[in-house]
Formats: sequence, structure tokens, C-alpha cells
Amino acid sequence: MAKNILQIEDVVKTYDKHIAVNHVSFDVPEGFIFGMLGPNGAGKSSLIRMITTITRPDSGRIFFNGELLNNNHPEQIGYMPEERGLYKKMKVGEQLMYLAQLKGLSYDEARKQIKYWFERLDITDWWGKKVEELSKGMQQKAQFITTVIHKPRLLILDEPFSGLDPVNANLLKDEIYELHKNGTSIIFSTHRMEQVEEICDKIVLINKGKNVLFGGVADIKQQFKEHIFRIDFEGSLPEGVANHATIVDQSIALNDSSTQHLTVKLDANHDSNHLLRFLLDSGVRMTAFNEILPSLNEIFIRQVGESNVQQ
Amino acid sequence: MNKLWLIIKREYLSRVTKKAFILGTILTPLGIGALIFFNVKLAMYKDDNFKKIAILDESGILKTAPENQSNLHFTMVEGSLEALKKQVLDMQYDGVLVIPAISKSMLNTYTIKYYSDDKLGNDMSNDIADKIEEAIKGFKINELQLDTAKISALKTRVEIDPDPIAGDKNASSISGLVAMGIGGFMGFIMYLSVFIYGMMIFRSVMEEKTSRIVEVMISSVKPFQLMLGKIIGVGAVGLTQFVIWAILLTGISVGVGALLGPDASQMANNPAMKMPGGAMGNAEQIESVNKSAQLMIELQNQNWWAMIPLFLIFFVLGYLMYSSLFAAVGSAVGDDTGEAQSLTLPITIPVILAIYIMMTAIRAPESSLAVWSSIFPLFSPIVMPARLPFNPPFWQVALSITLLVATVLFLVWLAGRIYRVGILMYGKKVTFKELGKWLFYKD
Repeated sequence: MAKNILQIEDVVKTYDKHIAVNHVSFDVPEGFIFGMLGPNGAGKSSLIRMITTITRPDSGRIFFNGELLNNNHPEQIGYMPEERGLYKKMKVGEQLMYLAQLKGLSYDEARKQIKYWFERLDITDWWGKKVEELSKGMQQKAQFITTVIHKPRLLILDEPFSGLDPVNANLLKDEIYELHKNGTSIIFSTHRMEQVEEICDKIVLINKGKNVLFGGVADIKQQFKEHIFRIDFEGSLPEGVANHATIVDQSIALNDSSTQHLTVKLDANHDSNHLLRFLLDSGVRMTAFNEILPSLNEIFIRQVGESNVQQ
Repeated sequence: MNKLWLIIKREYLSRVTKKAFILGTILTPLGIGALIFFNVKLAMYKDDNFKKIAILDESGILKTAPENQSNLHFTMVEGSLEALKKQVLDMQYDGVLVIPAISKSMLNTYTIKYYSDDKLGNDMSNDIADKIEEAIKGFKINELQLDTAKISALKTRVEIDPDPIAGDKNASSISGLVAMGIGGFMGFIMYLSVFIYGMMIFRSVMEEKTSRIVEVMISSVKPFQLMLGKIIGVGAVGLTQFVIWAILLTGISVGVGALLGPDASQMANNPAMKMPGGAMGNAEQIESVNKSAQLMIELQNQNWWAMIPLFLIFFVLGYLMYSSLFAAVGSAVGDDTGEAQSLTLPITIPVILAIYIMMTAIRAPESSLAVWSSIFPLFSPIVMPARLPFNPPFWQVALSITLLVATVLFLVWLAGRIYRVGILMYGKKVTFKELGKWLFYKD
């Protein structure tokens, strides 16, 4: 089993009388891209602040790489907050040098790393430019460099794609994959599910300070599947399909009138093999038989919506 | 520790390398020098508007016309007022001064008329009045058959020459004045630095918060380190500025002195600058030379070896106390300037109170007001330095510093508590009640 870079154990954090994080536990395996999901105000930022040691949990424990989280760990963590910010009047080079050294890099090492990233992102002429002279997208690049310059073992990205144009978003995504390939563990905090589905291996879903869901993306989809299948076929449907399954939807393909789609939901008494056998025996010419898994978005809305109703 | 040093270095360098800082630091003393120069020049400025004035003396007090001066020319005339008025209209004179006939010559108040359509300026009006007063004085002396020598003998000046019983100081009559000057200066410097650099901290914290850089920063350093680094860095900027100003101001005061030198001695001889009555005689000039020699002796007599270190201690402690408060308040406000003002007010009130108390304290350095406010920590950084030249008792200074150190430690801790919550708190209306709650937030 893979080692965990981060273990959150029964963590509670309250501000004033508001419970921001309520007995949350989950693990982030080393080298994974891990999605931390939740609607606005769910407690994601509070959790991140505890992971980056800005605040401490009221109770519960956090382990980084097997050790109880301490003040030396932030040097192994790179954090890009949702609200980006840099010193506007400072030159990009000086700013990166400053932030890199605060992360524990030596002067020479910091210089070397900045050079490397400047060349990599093709921005070698930026050293002497002031941050306020850069466009928003350019500032984001600089911000990204500050996050990864000290080669963190764990990268925490809070809504990294917000405000990015598609070109820069893709560039950032490539860099994230590159870091992932080199073994960096990444926590990806967002409420945009399509990105999570695309990028993440494992997720935790937090709502109202509570851990609602935790597991691999595929496992969770399996867990929430509703036994819905889509059958593509030609010709006519035999009688008696309804004995095997509930028909949810039936349609004719727009581009090819000979192909039809049938969406059915199986209940507990039937399994897909029975249906398949029945269809084959009935002489239906099938071109495809797929299980439809729910999207994370649907699961998310269902989970968050349910808990909202409960309260 | 290393990180704190990095923060201090950045806060310091990012300020002292700014053009505005360099220009401000160099130009401010130059500006002050220029201001003093022009002020003295203007004070010495004489009305260059020439007036020719006819005097119609109906009382017979004036035997001859008063002495002319560069811009005033007097002529004794006779004849009817109407005729003279016409002459004024014909531009022969600028105005007619009429001294009316009076029954009692020993009046204390004389009203004389000036007929003209031009208005007399204040300076000129005073000059004319002085001339006539002088003439009337002569007239009265004559009338009363007084002896001029006896009259000047009536004038007395008393100087108190303090002579310490214990201690070997040769204190002079001006020692109190010198102490007042030095004390006032030190108190004022304290006041200025608390405000200038306190506000600098305040703005800088607010900027870091609104530009959101603070989120990035505190994922690398502790909020307290960030706050402390900023306070120390800006404090170092302040000290740098003071050192440069001290050097420049010394140079400039020598320069201005040299520029004004001849004029200044002229000013001493200028009748307009004199007290009414009695010319500054040779003896008084010698006395003024003595005074500056005394001043030098007094300045040398000051216990600088105790005063400067104590001043620096109060400077550092006072600065730490107020700047940490400004940092705390700066962290609490967003970009709402109205909110910023209402929150900084409670900090500025003690500072302003302290400067007023300080101004009273240098006049009455041993008064209970001065003593107790130089011990009370919120006022002591401004009031105690002002009392230092008056040699306050040791126990008062010691108590003052002890209380101040304790207060500084407490307030820096308090500010740190507020700061760590404040910098991450957005979009919340901040009240003092809210700030109080933040103190008890757990990390």
C-alpha cells in the first residue's frame, strides 16, 4: 500500500461559535492528485490553513509524511491560495528570490531555480519587471513559480484555474501533470467537478465542515452507480424488455436513423447479464451495451443537496 | 530567525531604495533649511513703499520732525487742514498726520489723525506710532523736568543664576531654557516618529492584506514573524532617516547661519526689532555674545552620555509599542478608509494627549502632571525624553522604563494575537468587540 503524505485524523476547528471543520478524517496517498471538494464555505480553506500550519486544529491530529505536523513541514509544502497576491511594487526576480529564501532555499539555490523556471516558462526577460507591469495571466505564472520553486513534496492548489484563460489553464495543467509525474503529491481544492474528474485520482468531499465522501474517483462512481445501462441497437425492440428492467429513456440517433438508444435502470432482482441474454435471445442487433456511471457533479449535487435538506 | 532577518531586510531595503524615500530624506532638511532662511529673511523684510508724510502739530508737542527712515519721510507743516488735504490730493504728500491740541499734556493715550486715501500698512502704522511715542516721551520728560539718567536707572533686569549645592556643574542662568529646548526637541522627535512610522506600518499591513500577498507569506512564515520583521525593518528605516537628517541638518544649519550671518547681526541693530525704548547698547551686545558662549557651555554640560542612550531606549520602546498597535489595527481593516480612521483614533488620541502634556512638562518638569505622565506607559515615550534634560530622579526613569517594557511586551503580544487573525479575515465589519474576541482565538 502506498505511503500517505498526509493523514487527517478526526480534526475539529471552531471559530468563535462556528464549527468550520467537524471531525474530518482522510488520507492523501503519496504521489496522488487528490481532490478536495466542497461548496463555498464548506471548510476547505480552514483545512488548508491547518495543513500549512497557519492555524492548529482544536482537536484531532494531522500527520505529514508519517510525522506529526510541525513548523518545519511548511518548507515541504507549496501553497497557491485562491486569492493570488504578490508585492506589486517589487521586481519579479527579487520577489521570487525573497519568497524562495523564506521557503528555506539558499541564495544560490533560489537563483538557480528561478532561472530554471524562467527558461521553462519562456519568461527570461522578466527578472527586472515590476509585478504591477505584468498582465494578470503573467502574474499567475509568477505566482505558480513561487508555489513550486522549493520543490515541495506536497502541493496545495486552491482553485488554480480560476481566472485563467484556456491557454494558460492548459499550460498550468501540463505543469501540474509534470510535477505529478515526478512524484509530487498534489491537493487540488475546487468546487468545479469536471476538472476533478479529469485530473484527480482520489477525492474527499466536504460539506458544512463534515467529511461526506472519501475515496478513489472510480470507487466513488461505482458506489453511487444506479445500475443504469445504455443499449445501442438496430431494428425493433422485442416485447418483454420491461420485465427485465425499467425503461428510462428511448430515442433514435439523430445522425443515423437505423440506430436506437435505450436507457434502462435495473433493479435489485435483475442483473445486466440477464438483460443482455434476453436481448441476444430475442435477436436484437446490439452495437453497444454500456453502464452509465454518475458524474462526480451529480454525486456532488446529490450529496450536498441531501445534507442541506437534512439540516 | 533567518526568516525574520529576510523579512527585516526586505522591509528595510524596499523602502530605503525607493526614490520617494531618497528624495524625501534629502529634501526635507533642505526644505526646512530653506524655510528657516526665508522666514528670517521675511521677518527682516522692510516695507519698501516710500511715504512722504506732512505733520500738522496743533499741540506743539513736536519741536522738530521725527527722524526720517528709509521709507518714511516727515515734514513739519503749518496751515489749514483743508489746504493740506488738497496738497495730499495733489500728490505733494501721501498723507497728513494731525496731532490735535490737547488740554492735558500728561495723557496716557493720544489719538492722532492720519488723513489720506491710502491705507497704512501695519508695519508702517507701528513705525509712525513709535516715532510719535518717542517724541511724546521726550516732551513729557521735559514737562516733568525729569532727569534722563535717573529714568534709565529705573529699568532693572533680574536674572536667576542657579548654583547647585551638590555637584560640580557650573549651571548658568539659561540652563532651564536650554533644558526646555532639548527636552521639547526630543519629545517632538518622539511624537513625529511615532506618527510617521506608525502610519507607515499601518499602510503597509493594510496593503499586504488587500493585495493578498499575506496568504502566500504566512504559508512560509509565522504571522508574528511577519509583523515583527515589518516593525523592525520600518524602525530601521526611521533610524536611517534620523541619522541622515541629523547630519544634513547640522550641515545646513551651519550653511544657513553663514548665509544669514551678516543679516542677522544687522537685525540685532535694526531699531524695528528692538524693544520699545532704549537702544541696544554696546554692553548688551557683549551680553549676547556671552549668551551664546553660555549656550555652548550649557550644551556641553548636558549629560549626553546618559541622555542619548535613554532617549534611544524610549525611542525604541515607544516605537515598538505604537507601531505594534498600528499593525494590529492595520491587519483588522480591509480597504475601507472610513473604518481605518475610526480604528486608528484610539491610538492617535494618547499620542496627541502626550504631546500636549509634553509641552506643559518642559515648562514645569517637576510638576505632578509631568512626573506621573512620564511614568504612565502610553505617554512616557514622549514625556520622559522631554524631562531628561532636567535630570529627573533615577527611580522615576527606572520605573518608567520598567513599566514601558512590560507594556510593550504585553501590547506586542496583544497585537500579534489580533494580527494573526486580522490578516486572514476578509469582508467582516470590524469592531473593537470583534478584536477582543480575536485575542482568544486558538491558533
